[in-house]
Amino acid sequence: MKPPILTALLLVTLPLAGTVKSAAVKPAAAKNAAEASTTSMPLFRWENFTTANGLPDNHVFAVLVDGDRVWAGTENGLALLEGGRWKVLTPRDGLAHRVVLSLAIDKSTGDLWVGTMGGLSHISAGRIDTYTQLNSGLSNDVVYGVGVQGDFVWTATAAGASRLNTRTGEWSLYNERNTPMAEIWTYAVSTGADKVYYAVWGSGVLEYTIATGRWKDYTDPDGENELVLFRDQGLIHKITTSVSYVDNTLWAATYFGDSHYDGRSWHNFLTKDSGLPSNFTNQVKGLDATRAWFCTDKGLAYYDGVNWAVYRPALDTGKPEMYIRDASGKITSVPVKTAPAHNYMLSIDFEGDDVWVATGKGLSHGIRQK
Amino acid sequence: MRRGLGIALALGAAAVAIALLSAVPPHARAGTPGADDQYLSPSEMALSPDGRLLYVVCERSDQLLVLNAKQGVVLRRIRVGHIPRSVAVSPDGRQVFVTNSWDDTVSVIDATTIDAGTRAATRTIATGAEPYGVVVDRAGKTLYVANRISNDVSVIDIATGVQRKRLMAGHGASYMAISADGSRVYCTHVYPRIGAQRTVPQSEITVIDTAREAVVERTPLDGVAGMFHVAVSADGRMGVVAQMRPKNLLPLAHVEHGWVFGHSLTVFGADAGGTIEVPLDELERYYSLQYGVAITPNKSRIFVTASGSDIVTVIDTERLLAFAHGRRRPFVNDLSASANYVMGRIAVGKNPRGVAMSPNGMRLYVANRMDDTLSVIDTASNKSVGTIDLGGSKNISALRRGEQLFTASRYAFQGQFSCANCHIDSTFDGLTWDLEPDGFGKDIVDNRLIEDLSGTEPFKWNGGNPSMAQECGPRTDMYFYRSQSYSPPELADLVDYIYSLPARPSRFRLPDGQLTAAQERGKAIFYRTVNKFGKAIPEANQCAYCHSGPKHTSQKQFDVGTGKWTDRSPIFDTPQLVNIALTAPYLHDESARSLEEIWTVFNPHDQHGATNDLTKDELNDLIEYLRTL
Repeated sequence: MKPPILTALLLVTLPLAGTVKSAAVKPAAAKNAAEASTTSMPLFRWENFTTANGLPDNHVFAVLVDGDRVWAGTENGLALLEGGRWKVLTPRDGLAHRVVLSLAIDKSTGDLWVGTMGGLSHISAGRIDTYTQLNSGLSNDVVYGVGVQGDFVWTATAAGASRLNTRTGEWSLYNERNTPMAEIWTYAVSTGADKVYYAVWGSGVLEYTIATGRWKDYTDPDGENELVLFRDQGLIHKITTSVSYVDNTLWAATYFGDSHYDGRSWHNFLTKDSGLPSNFTNQVKGLDATRAWFCTDKGLAYYDGVNWAVYRPALDTGKPEMYIRDASGKITSVPVKTAPAHNYMLSIDFEGDDVWVATGKGLSHGIRQK
Repeated sequence: MRRGLGIALALGAAAVAIALLSAVPPHARAGTPGADDQYLSPSEMALSPDGRLLYVVCERSDQLLVLNAKQGVVLRRIRVGHIPRSVAVSPDGRQVFVTNSWDDTVSVIDATTIDAGTRAATRTIATGAEPYGVVVDRAGKTLYVANRISNDVSVIDIATGVQRKRLMAGHGASYMAISADGSRVYCTHVYPRIGAQRTVPQSEITVIDTAREAVVERTPLDGVAGMFHVAVSADGRMGVVAQMRPKNLLPLAHVEHGWVFGHSLTVFGADAGGTIEVPLDELERYYSLQYGVAITPNKSRIFVTASGSDIVTVIDTERLLAFAHGRRRPFVNDLSASANYVMGRIAVGKNPRGVAMSPNGMRLYVANRMDDTLSVIDTASNKSVGTIDLGGSKNISALRRGEQLFTASRYAFQGQFSCANCHIDSTFDGLTWDLEPDGFGKDIVDNRLIEDLSGTEPFKWNGGNPSMAQECGPRTDMYFYRSQSYSPPELADLVDYIYSLPARPSRFRLPDGQLTAAQERGKAIFYRTVNKFGKAIPEANQCAYCHSGPKHTSQKQFDVGTGKWTDRSPIFDTPQLVNIALTAPYLHDESARSLEEIWTVFNPHDQHGATNDLTKDELNDLIEYLRTL
């Protein structure tokens, strides 16, 4: 479903990814690295869920933790882990489509919004209502992202952004006609009390200010040039895949590195100058203004504002691997016995100290070790 | 022979009525119910916690009456908002809340000033669209309001008047009850869920956890459409919902088999062991439109008003549960079942609606909406022991008589149903019906809204009835009631009443009545004569050609490509668009579940207006405009 241009761009990405892979092999040579940074980074024991233990499909696009319940959007249904058991919802239960791409919880009501390849479903106390481009004002049935902001439900679709006013039922569509959106392939949405951000494939990041109802775009200052001419001059790339707005700070992910924007300054992260295991990032999720998780094609990365930690099955051996990169660039391997289900990370959510990660080959629960 | 003679007489009488009516233009006979202030129409009640004061909501007079419950004397008449629908009292008795359905507000009355003579609410609180039922939590801090048009429940902080959130409820959220321990709020709905066409109606009991202020359960009720009051026993183990079971998938020709409406209760909770649907009709007698419901504090009896039959039914709870648990299969369609648990039928006033039970369970008050009285029932003897006259006019006007006829089911065969069964609170029912005796599944028709009908003739989806008199006279006799129904004067009164029904205010315009930018763009599309490519749109394909005039109907019939193989003809009357936003599903057979589907699914060849050149944004704009009409 990705545009043809993506394939070409992936070819550009691969050499960079290879660099990271080699960096990940180095930790054994850095055994004597500073202990301080290693002990401050979170350690996890990983428990993995696949079709072997109840997941309807190993291809997991999205994960959402809601108290004691964990929702997993897979390629073959929406799975709910509750009380140690999996329950699966499919189109036969009223779900819009079996391929579930995105999830959002309305913390006020406890209702779940589900973006699928065939529309948007609203799950409330077991009842499922579905909105499609035919039966509602939804702009397109491919719903890559969904977010809740007050009484509004925002969706990122293959044909622009849609906003549903749940009080009035009014749909508002945002696309090339009324925003700076050059491309309408919206990939993700992140909502805050004052702003809503969209990751737009090919159009960078779009910012909607709730108070004014105005849109503003952030694009790569280098334009079509795939080289970064000046560090931290702006958004790292316009092929954006994910946004996360937290503590008045924007985190943005692209297939060519990631960005952090505090409203005044940009800071970019690339494999060559950070602990990112790959520039190909499917999702970024900020914990706060300084800390964030990155789901890349070569592992899960955590950034605490200074140090980086990477969690994955080793790319060459498949054995559990964790390493830490400190501020000086030193890399320290941390001996671990478990790892996430796969290195291809698609989505993350957290509850307390634990993390849940959607991968290309199962769902992983990172249980924080003290 | 006798039935044939009856039909002949009915047709003759109706013909006279039509002749009489045709002499007077409908609009000249019409009025608005709200304009006639001499009637009260008491509909709902609540008692103060000590049982001393009885609060009575009067829909017609926009008042809350305060009575001394023991003496049956009206102490105060307090002005509230327009068309009030329900009332709740705070646990400490210090505040009273009244929902105002046309104002989208709750009036707050300071009960501590009633003895001092207060005659007005102290403040109003904004709600969702068309608030009906209301309950207060046990702490007296949070208000839950069921909103019929916005299909949700407002959760309101009483101190600040701020709506904290809206919880999605069912279609036509209307009635509420709170458990004795305050942990759960139950909400019922007057319309069925909008589902697939020609499937069994589905409703739900929406259960709200008050600690989380979230919906935690939606108890499904298959085959139920039209749910009214819900009550919960004091021990929290049993809940009861008054409801209808329409048999709308069958041809209406089967009135004589009881296959039009069943009137029943759903009993739910621990005592029921799930949900049990319990019929209240009898083999040759129906008790139509169950509405108000109350359970005695000791749970021994359930009282239910049959609002179309002027009856309160008394049920022995122990026998009911024993009978239900002894049956292996559902028995909701077994009309002989009610004899096993109904212990009495008490005659009350006209159109009994809400009920209120004294704290000790000894007295039941019944609001007789159509004669402005309350019936007082002694729950030990199951007898009516008094009637309280609330002071409405004794001079019954033609409009009032018409409204009484509208709600009375005695004209239908065995008293099965009245106009109000299908036109709930003079609106619609969200169902399709198989009205004609032309075979199963033929000529399926959507039940339409009956607001602001003057100037929308003819009636029926095929435009076959030129006047309301014919619609409500011979057609109703032959196809609906299957018996001789209204006399000519009665028919005239009924028609007057129906024509008097105004349109509810649009909830989709800006507060000042103006249109939003999207609605303005949609209006331009509605009235356009040229498509996006500059090509003239044939006149018959312009929205405003068929949907013309003040009600947006040309009053003519057209083939717009929406006919199905089940329809005898693809030509349909152009429906008016008054409050079209409220009446999903759409088209003559409800095949379109939303306004969008009219064009995204059922207009492939631009026969139903030229729309296929529109972008999704533009179609959304058009729909936003339609929602304002």
